[in-house]
Amino acid sequence: MKERINYTIHLADNALILGHRNSEWTGFGPIIEQDIAISNIALDLIGQARNFYQYAATLISNSTAEPVTEDTLAYLRDAKDFLNCSLVEQTNGDWAKTILRQFFFSAYQFYLYQHLQNSNDEKLAAIAEKSLKEVTYHLRWSSEWVIRLGDGTEESNKRILTAVDDLWICTGELFEATGFEQTAANKGYGVDVSLLKSDWMQKVRDIFEEATLPLPVETESQVKWFGKEGKHSEHLGYILAEMQFLQRTYPNSEW
Amino acid sequence: MLDPEKIFLDKVYEEIKIEPKDWMPDQYRKTLIRQISQHAHSEIVGMLPEANWITRAPTLRRKATLIAKVQDEAGHGLYLYSAAETLNITRDEMLDQLHSGKAKYSSIFNYPTLTWADMGAIGWLVDGAAIMNQVPLCRCSYGPYARAMIRICKEESFHQRQGFEILLTLSKGTEAQRKMAQDAIDRWWWPSIMMFGPNDDASPHSAQSMAWKIKRFSNDELRQKFIDMCAEQVKILRLTLPDEKLKWNEKRNHFDFGEINWKEFWNVVNGNGPCNKERLAARTKAHKDGAWVREAAAAHAEKRKSRAQKAA
Repeated sequence: MKERINYTIHLADNALILGHRNSEWTGFGPIIEQDIAISNIALDLIGQARNFYQYAATLISNSTAEPVTEDTLAYLRDAKDFLNCSLVEQTNGDWAKTILRQFFFSAYQFYLYQHLQNSNDEKLAAIAEKSLKEVTYHLRWSSEWVIRLGDGTEESNKRILTAVDDLWICTGELFEATGFEQTAANKGYGVDVSLLKSDWMQKVRDIFEEATLPLPVETESQVKWFGKEGKHSEHLGYILAEMQFLQRTYPNSEW
Repeated sequence: MLDPEKIFLDKVYEEIKIEPKDWMPDQYRKTLIRQISQHAHSEIVGMLPEANWITRAPTLRRKATLIAKVQDEAGHGLYLYSAAETLNITRDEMLDQLHSGKAKYSSIFNYPTLTWADMGAIGWLVDGAAIMNQVPLCRCSYGPYARAMIRICKEESFHQRQGFEILLTLSKGTEAQRKMAQDAIDRWWWPSIMMFGPNDDASPHSAQSMAWKIKRFSNDELRQKFIDMCAEQVKILRLTLPDEKLKWNEKRNHFDFGEINWKEFWNVVNGNGPCNKERLAARTKAHKDGAWVREAAAAHAEKRKSRAQKAA
């Protein structure tokens, strides 16, 4: 049961932290239409996170007397207990970095949810099926922007290359299964992430080619952090400090 | 030959909407551009004080609702810029006017959002006052503006209910939460009733706008209606409005209220409010930082077009 809970929380944390990051753009987008688009993606991801947290809360509540809710999970855990991959906690940087982070992650989520739809856990399968519709759009939107920036101006090309340089190192983690992912895959309620890699690479290859971007080299040590096991970059602590401030300052309150 | 001005005035009189291609007096066009663009800018600048709390919203539900609300405001800005564009001005020109300080936006957004309760007070009071101002605009004589306002008002009333519900939850909460809610109401009340603008005898554009049916009610009429409504609603919260003179007047059938500090009002309008500089700087920076993105998108679109032409 512990593994199933961790697996579900991991899926939720990924969506929440990226949703939170994207929502930092709300009000500050490069043009109103895209401000709306990135806020929309933030909303979709926070919605996915809520679905996974709510399910995790019911799983936990079966084995503990403590009341657990989506909010206790999001607001009352410390960084080391968050199981999101380090890619999603990276800072927004400029529009190029935000776009590339979204593209890498949406492509990953797209293949992940495609498989998770067939989970033998009906609840996870249902959330994946519903979320896949949203992620399909996120992937299209972020792919188009990678192409636009890669094939836009000299400056935009330079900026997206810098983003590749910053973020590529965080992508290896996506496909290296940690303990709860292995158990989840073995038991048929989760996805073997190592199997997603070739589809994901092909997608990156296709979009980068259209964007006239060189494909980054795969290196031996393509894992910098291992957030899925609680080994996060420095950024997550600050995200949580901000996000959890009210719940921590005024404990046991209704909002 | 029929006099175009007579046709125009007849339409206004008959409550037939004026449409973009119709003849209209130059001053009518200018008044509308000023008002609609000011309204659009208010939506866009108005995103900032609330966006300030998105990353700190206290629950996932509140976080999602707040993002959706701020996103709605961006949408309102878009409809309104589009409505203004039908009067022969571009969005870029309007944005330039905002960034240069030539165009105004609602002064209310120059006040800071200091606590979570401000999200409630803004929804209840600021959106409440906005709705009071905007519902009559759904019947404005200019068609595109009236139609945009119908959509906007529907969403605004939803926002107002959400804001009130935030305050209601706080008012039923701990002592600290009740204090937070009262403090927010104390800070937002007077600026909100200033949103209706100067008293009728000091409102420079009002008479002509009423004649052209751009405006339907005077500033003071709307303000009174708003105060009457809030004076009742605040009782549900078991909190108070910060006005010792607020008292039901049976003869007038309205609440009496205290003197508005017009010095503060003009001070904020003229750029000296608590956050005027920050708000404008934030908008200008976002626009400037986005320049390379817009250029890249345009350059790519151009390349695509020329490649498609070569292929054809």
